[in-house]
Amino acid sequence: MKRSNAPVFWGLFGAGGMLSALFAPMLVFITGIAVPLGLLLPRDLMSYPRMLAFARHWAGKTFVFAVIALFIWHAAHRIFHSLHDVGIRTGPLARLLCYGSAALVSALALWSLWAIGF
Amino acid sequence: MAEGAKTIAIEVLRYRPEQDAAPVVQTYEVPFTDDMSVLQGLQYIKDHLDGTLSFRWSCRMAICGSCGMMIDGKPRLSCKTFLREFAAARVRVEALAHFPIERDLVAGVDDFLAKLERIKPYLIPREPRRLDEGEYLQTPHQLEQYEQFSSCINCMLCYAACPQYGLDSKFTGPGVLALLHRYNADSRDGGRAERMELVNAEEGVWSCTAVGYCSEVCPKAVDPANAVNQNKVNSAQDYFLRFLRFGGAGK
Amino acid sequence: MSGRRPYVRSMSGWWRRDPFFVRYMIREATALIVALYALVLLAGALCLSAGEGAWNGWLAMLRSPVSIAVHVLMLAAMIYHTYSWFEIMPKTMPAVFVGGRRLAATTITMLGLAAAVAATVALFVVVRMLGP
Repeated sequence: MKRSNAPVFWGLFGAGGMLSALFAPMLVFITGIAVPLGLLLPRDLMSYPRMLAFARHWAGKTFVFAVIALFIWHAAHRIFHSLHDVGIRTGPLARLLCYGSAALVSALALWSLWAIGF
Repeated sequence: MAEGAKTIAIEVLRYRPEQDAAPVVQTYEVPFTDDMSVLQGLQYIKDHLDGTLSFRWSCRMAICGSCGMMIDGKPRLSCKTFLREFAAARVRVEALAHFPIERDLVAGVDDFLAKLERIKPYLIPREPRRLDEGEYLQTPHQLEQYEQFSSCINCMLCYAACPQYGLDSKFTGPGVLALLHRYNADSRDGGRAERMELVNAEEGVWSCTAVGYCSEVCPKAVDPANAVNQNKVNSAQDYFLRFLRFGGAGK
Repeated sequence: MSGRRPYVRSMSGWWRRDPFFVRYMIREATALIVALYALVLLAGALCLSAGEGAWNGWLAMLRSPVSIAVHVLMLAAMIYHTYSWFEIMPKTMPAVFVGGRRLAATTITMLGLAAAVAATVALFVVVRMLGP
C-alpha cells in the first residue's frame, strides 16, 4: 500500500487549527471590530507608523506570517476534505487548487513582509 | 394477548433480489409490551405476520454483534433498542447503512470481514517465548492501554455511522482500525511495524475526518474515533522520523 | 448460480439525515471563515507594503458597516471553531493519566477551552499594553 503524504498537510492543519482556536476570536475582534470602532481599544492602535514598526520587527513579522500562513493551510486542508464530503471528486486538480492557493497566499504574505522592510 | 394491547407500526425496508428492482417499505402492525425490543418485534412479524422477513440475530443480549440495523435512521442493535422508546407509535427499520443490502435487513458484510483479516488481528510476539518462561505478566496499567479497544463485538454500527466509509468503502474504517490499535497497544505484541503500512496509507487513518459519530453509536464504548485519530499522530511520527531509523529503512 | 443482487443505497444528502452530521458540516465550514480572515490579513500586509495611502485604504475598508457586520459573523464562526476544536481534541490523544486515574474527554475539552480563554485575555492585555 502506498504511504500517504497526508501527515504534512495534517500537521499544518493541526498547527493552524490550534493557533486559530486560541487566538482567532480575539484577533478578529481587535482588527475587525474594536480598533475600527474605537471600542475598548484606541483607533490609532493600527496607525501606519505603529503597524509599520510592528511589521518591521522580527517578532511582528513572525507573528503576522504565522497567523496568515497557518490559518490558510488549516483552511485549505479542511476545505479539501469538505469538497469530498459534499460529493465533489477530489482528484489532483482539487488538491492543486486547495493547497496551491494556500502556498500562493503564504508566498504573498512572505513577499509583503519582506517588502515592508526591516 | 391482553385486551387493548398497544401496537406499533414497524416500517421495514424490504428487498428481495429475486422479485424487487429496488427496496420498498412494508408496514406491519405489531402488538407490544414495554419489555419488548425491536428484535422481538421483528421476530413477532416473522412468526405471526410474514415468514419471509429476513434479518440477522443471535444472542439477543448485545454481545454477538449480529443484529445491527438502522432504527429510525440511527445505527443500533435491535436487541438493545426497545419498542417503548418510540412515542410516535411507529418506527422505521432498515439494513445497516453504507453496506449493500443482500435481502431485507441483511447487509452484505464481505468487505468488513476482508478488512478484519488484513490488519493481522492477533498477537505477534516481540520475541520468541519458551513454554517454560511461563505466561506473560501485565500490570493493570498495561491492560488499561488496550482493554476498551478489545471490547469490540464486530457489530459494524460504526461503519454505518461513518460517512467517510459510506462515501468511499476503500477506507479501512473505525472498527478494524480500533482492533488494529488494540494489538499495537498490547504490551505483549511486537507487530506494530508490520501494521504500520496499512495505518500510513490513505485507506488507513488518513481517510478519517474526525466526524466522531462512530464512537457515539458504539454499543460497547470502544471509542474507535480515538483509536483512529491517536494513530494519526503515530503515523505522522512514522512519516517524519523514518529517515532517522537505523539503516534509513522506510519507504 | 447465486441469487445475490446486492443493492447499493445512495449517499446523496447524507449529512442532512442526522443533526450530528449537520453539526459536523458546520464545524468543517468554519474553515471558510478562517480562510476569509487570512485573506483579510493578507490584504492588510500587502497594503502595508504598498505605503501609507494603501494602508489607510485598508483601515477605511475595515471601518465600513459591511466590514463590521462581516467581522461580527466571523467572530461567531471563530468562537464555534474554538469550541468544536477542543470538543474533538480528546479524540486525537492517547489516554492521559493523572494521579493514577484517566482524564475524561470532557475534562480535556474544558482545559482546552480554559486555555483559549486565557489566550484571549492575554492577547487583549498585550495589545492594550503595546498600544498608545
